[in-house]
Amino acid sequence: MSGATKRRWRDVPLAAVMLGPSLVVLVAFVLYPLGRAVWLGQQRCNVQATKCRSVGWGQYTDVLMSNEFQSAVWVTVKFALITVPVGLALGIGLAVLADKHMRHIGFFRTVFSSTVATSVAVASLMWLFLLQPSVGVLANIGWLNDIFPVIKEPGLLNDKGTALSSVAISSIWANLGFTFIIITAGLQGIPRELQESAFVDGAGGWRRFTNVTLPLLGPTLLFTTVVLTSRAFQAYGEIDLLTNGGPVPQQSTTTVTYLIYGSSSIIKSNEGLKAAVAVLLFVILLGLSALQFRGLGKRVHYGS
Amino acid sequence: MALDTTPKGWRSWVRYALLIVMAIIILFPIYTTIVASLKPGNRVLRNPLVPDSFTLDVLGDAWTQGRLGRYLWNSAVVAVIVTAFQLITSIASAYAFSFLRFPLKRFFFAIFMATLLVPFEVTLLINRRTVDSLGWLNTYQGLAVPFLATAFGTFLLRQVFMQIPKDLNEAASMDGLGHWGFMREVAVPLVRPTLGALGLFSFLASWNQYLWPTMITTEDDMNTIQSGLRLLRSSDLDKPNLIMAGTIIAAVPILVVLVVFQRQLVRGLTAGAVKG
Repeated sequence: MSGATKRRWRDVPLAAVMLGPSLVVLVAFVLYPLGRAVWLGQQRCNVQATKCRSVGWGQYTDVLMSNEFQSAVWVTVKFALITVPVGLALGIGLAVLADKHMRHIGFFRTVFSSTVATSVAVASLMWLFLLQPSVGVLANIGWLNDIFPVIKEPGLLNDKGTALSSVAISSIWANLGFTFIIITAGLQGIPRELQESAFVDGAGGWRRFTNVTLPLLGPTLLFTTVVLTSRAFQAYGEIDLLTNGGPVPQQSTTTVTYLIYGSSSIIKSNEGLKAAVAVLLFVILLGLSALQFRGLGKRVHYGS
Repeated sequence: MALDTTPKGWRSWVRYALLIVMAIIILFPIYTTIVASLKPGNRVLRNPLVPDSFTLDVLGDAWTQGRLGRYLWNSAVVAVIVTAFQLITSIASAYAFSFLRFPLKRFFFAIFMATLLVPFEVTLLINRRTVDSLGWLNTYQGLAVPFLATAFGTFLLRQVFMQIPKDLNEAASMDGLGHWGFMREVAVPLVRPTLGALGLFSFLASWNQYLWPTMITTEDDMNTIQSGLRLLRSSDLDKPNLIMAGTIIAAVPILVVLVVFQRQLVRGLTAGAVKG
């Protein structure tokens, strides 16, 4: 055996020991299920999902064309279009507001970061208690109900016009701590001298913000946008706890993820259809991340 | 010339006013939750904004009736196991990809990276069947094993390992310091800050898991705090203060973790912000 070949193989046992455990877990619980889901997506199963038989790849087209799937995609897109821009704008606003040397600023930063400590279940239950039409806080404030009767009848979470926005508000709130912390860190990474030279050049506060701060925040904002968008597309807990995909019959808050896993989803006892929807969600997310990195990547300054 | 951006005069008052308004809005849901959890059941619907009565009984009831202690324990066990394993498996695989020579290295690395593109939502459906057929429903193994390895952590640590000069590794091996020694003496100490961030990230991600525990838990004893809160919500909507007390109890441990590890927090949250 030549020296080079020997060196090439010398590390193999150690590599097997080091990579083995990760490889087993990733293959068994990520790659195998992906492949299996693709296969299951063209099958029809009995209710217990013990017996499945292939009904053809046309099942994917059927799902794609179905009103239920299209409605879920539309609800998900609307949800993302509310939560991502609003969440981002609030995060930038709060971070800029608190990015000054002032007395007690530490207190405000702590408050603005605080929701990072809430899990989706904690945040959703807090908002459930605010929004619920009978025991909720808002429903028990008299004057508020006189102005907005929808709070009590049928309730913000039960009205098809307000349900999705209400869930979105809860979600924006829950993510705000994260967004604030990330953008604040981004702001602190901007070299002071750049602000100063812009100031010397006579740029006012607003122009310094749009011409210096915002472009240099590019990578941070891209990262935040990507995270918020993927969270929006994967939103489940808040819908499960706040609306159960309803109000019926419009299913105004049934997102794609809820369509797959929700306890009152219309396809809850059809494993084959659930798998097909899951695979289609995967394709959507794949396309979305490609899009985000191509589209936004061009306009991002990475600095040096 | 140094730019003094400290606001003065009316500008500083406007800024304070905005800060205070935003703080009130953000704290509002937390405030109402705390107020409700400290009120006896018959008072909770009256003046929901005013803390006009005080009792700790509801918090106590939520703790005992809701079995929150058990749920918190389950969450902690699972999150600690997942975090420990993710750190170990990430170090090991990142090390292998950075310093070892073996055939098909690029292929294996591609497999790891491919898993990053697959969201949980796609795999959990099948993972439930796998866990079921292993007899792992309602067990710690079921809750933890699918998440014991992470391509993300591998990628993150490899980025740091790759900055270590190859010469250093070769010099170390000439000095008789094998791979284990090099890993212990050189590689791991270098990535310690990254490990802190990754550890916190893994812990939070595991602790906050909602969908998976609700999918594989049918016995009350094995609920995590997240699936436990779901249970509390479905059973006790006529006792809103009990649910709110449960919510407070559920939020406290993670608050403590974040205060203790606040130095790792920003890095932990931005760990995904891979430099382009």
